Amino acid sequence: MKISYLFFVIGIIFIGVTTKVAFESNLDVLKLDSLEMVLVPGGSFMYRQSGEYLKDDFPIDAPLTKVKFEKFLEIMKYQVSVGDYEKCVSDGKCEPRKWQGKQDEKLPATGISFNNALSYAQWLTKNSDYVWRLPTDQEWSYVAGSKYVDDALKSDKVNLSISDRWLEKYQKYAEFNFSPVGKVSIRGFFGANENGIYDLSGNIWEWTSDCYNRTRLNASGIELNTTNNCGVRISAGSHRAYISSFIQDARGGGCSVGAPPSYLGFRLIKDGKRDVISRFLDLTRL
Amino acid sequence: MMNRRNALKSAIFATMAVPALIQKASAEEAFTPVAEKVDLSKFKRKKIELVKPPFVHEHDQVAKGAPSVVEFEMTIVEKEMEIDDEGTMLQAMTFDGSVPGPLMVVHECDYVELTLINPESNSMPHNIDFHAATGGLGGGALTLVNPGELTVLRFKATRPGTFVYHCAPGGPMIPWHVVSGMSGAIMILPRDGLKDPEGKSVKYDTVFYIGENDLYIPKDEDGEYKRYESPGDSYSDTVEVMNGLIPSHVVFNGKVGALTGDNALKSKVGETVLFIHSQANRDTRPHLIGGHGDLVWETGKFNNPPERDLETWFIRGGSAGAALYRFRQPGVYAYVNHNLIEAVNLGATAHVVVEGEWNNDLMEQVKAPIAFGQSYLGKKALP
Ligand SMILES: [Cu+2]
Repeated sequence: MKISYLFFVIGIIFIGVTTKVAFESNLDVLKLDSLEMVLVPGGSFMYRQSGEYLKDDFPIDAPLTKVKFEKFLEIMKYQVSVGDYEKCVSDGKCEPRKWQGKQDEKLPATGISFNNALSYAQWLTKNSDYVWRLPTDQEWSYVAGSKYVDDALKSDKVNLSISDRWLEKYQKYAEFNFSPVGKVSIRGFFGANENGIYDLSGNIWEWTSDCYNRTRLNASGIELNTTNNCGVRISAGSHRAYISSFIQDARGGGCSVGAPPSYLGFRLIKDGKRDVISRFLDLTRL
Repeated sequence: MMNRRNALKSAIFATMAVPALIQKASAEEAFTPVAEKVDLSKFKRKKIELVKPPFVHEHDQVAKGAPSVVEFEMTIVEKEMEIDDEGTMLQAMTFDGSVPGPLMVVHECDYVELTLINPESNSMPHNIDFHAATGGLGGGALTLVNPGELTVLRFKATRPGTFVYHCAPGGPMIPWHVVSGMSGAIMILPRDGLKDPEGKSVKYDTVFYIGENDLYIPKDEDGEYKRYESPGDSYSDTVEVMNGLIPSHVVFNGKVGALTGDNALKSKVGETVLFIHSQANRDTRPHLIGGHGDLVWETGKFNNPPERDLETWFIRGGSAGAALYRFRQPGVYAYVNHNLIEAVNLGATAHVVVEGEWNNDLMEQVKAPIAFGQSYLGKKALP
């Protein structure tokens, strides 16, 4: 009886101590270099819905809708670096990157799958006072501002047949050919947009949290249903790419829809402060 | 680095995911007709239940009556499958649950109407490219379905022959889905059946469909085959093995030993068998040890006269061929890929057990092996 009581007390003290330790951010210890943030004030913009739309079984451009952000968004100024990602790898919480060769730590991390980016966000959250997450496609498009490209076909032809639309789309994607392949460049190489965010729509595409979806409308435009496929996510850049969540290198063409991105990387959004419950759950998961 | 334009081309494969449907032009939209609607209301329809390989659904060798619309249904199944009897596992992707997918049989001028189902339980988009079909990337451009979607494709069977079908969902997914098991074959018979080079009708008693697959299973540091939780988990390791172009296994019917021993194919002396051999990815060379190809459509296309008396025939990667053979002698026949390393060490062997009366005229053991001495051979034979 006495011994078990003793263990109980020790246990309580132990939890108390670890809680204290874990509740303090590890960011000072980790010395990450991709934590510079940019605040983008709230506002509204015209957003081309992601995914595919079928009207009366025929592919049409996705609707253009006005999207409003009430609050500011806080997003990384640069893409997550090789060095930062490798810290998560050596912590055993992120999958090693493949096929990237030896790279300088300061370069943006490439060879990152959606799943990898997600692990990194979780790892960073665990080590800080804030929730870190991938931007949604809407958020990314909004903060990208002038670097955001509307990927709709916007054909002026009436009643495109399947093959007409196919050929036109091919032409459209061929125009994306300008997107620079080249080597992975030092951060800042592609410049900043009007919000002060660097390297948007350069040769590294950035993962968003959005799933691929296909929406069916009837002849009068009433939405019938949508299929969501979260095995395929949206990677944002000089055009939208739909890529399977486990793909680290999409140069041969990702799964699903879109021209292939040159490289896959990411940057994160810093959300609100973590609540006590989420921190406590972290501990129990240790 | 990959040429960007080529990369673009392969990616475009997947961008055209549009269900195969004819536009129903509504009054206000009917400006220019999109495509003339095909009226198939006068055609008879029949629904076929597919059968797991190496067997094939019942069918007529000579078509009865006018061309019809032949309906098939296939469900795509992602599942882990054992590919040998040593517990080596593949995160397989399959048409209708089998590797290879089922053999479909129709006649020239029939319409093939396939309902392709991708259940919610799957993790990936898939589609189907029929080498027998014309346009739309063989149907691949019109059939990309996400988990939870189905699509219906119809194409006209204009060319008689044996043809491969396979999944081709875009970019590096294409070879990966194919070597994960997503291929099969369709046979389009001439309406009046098969003919020999002189134009005389030929019939078969049985069809054996041999689908060959090259598999690329990664190994761990100890040289043991690795097992993965999902197809996605196996992807990057598998691609590395694939890019080396040396398969870890070459199998018939999805598994080493799938068609040997208890599962050996069965026939009888006097019976005529049509062997259909498909390989969606890699060249192969079937050979029937102890037998021949009486009539062989090496490229599988029945408008070309078959060759006679072949010992080995060549199946180009991405094609299906057909070989007709009447068994004349009982016994066990090995049907192999005659790269014997692949046949014996990597798995590409099937057996046919043939019953019947031995024919001494064709072959006789004049003397069973006996021990011999100098007296039998004479002085010259051995030093
Ligand atoms: Cu597939």
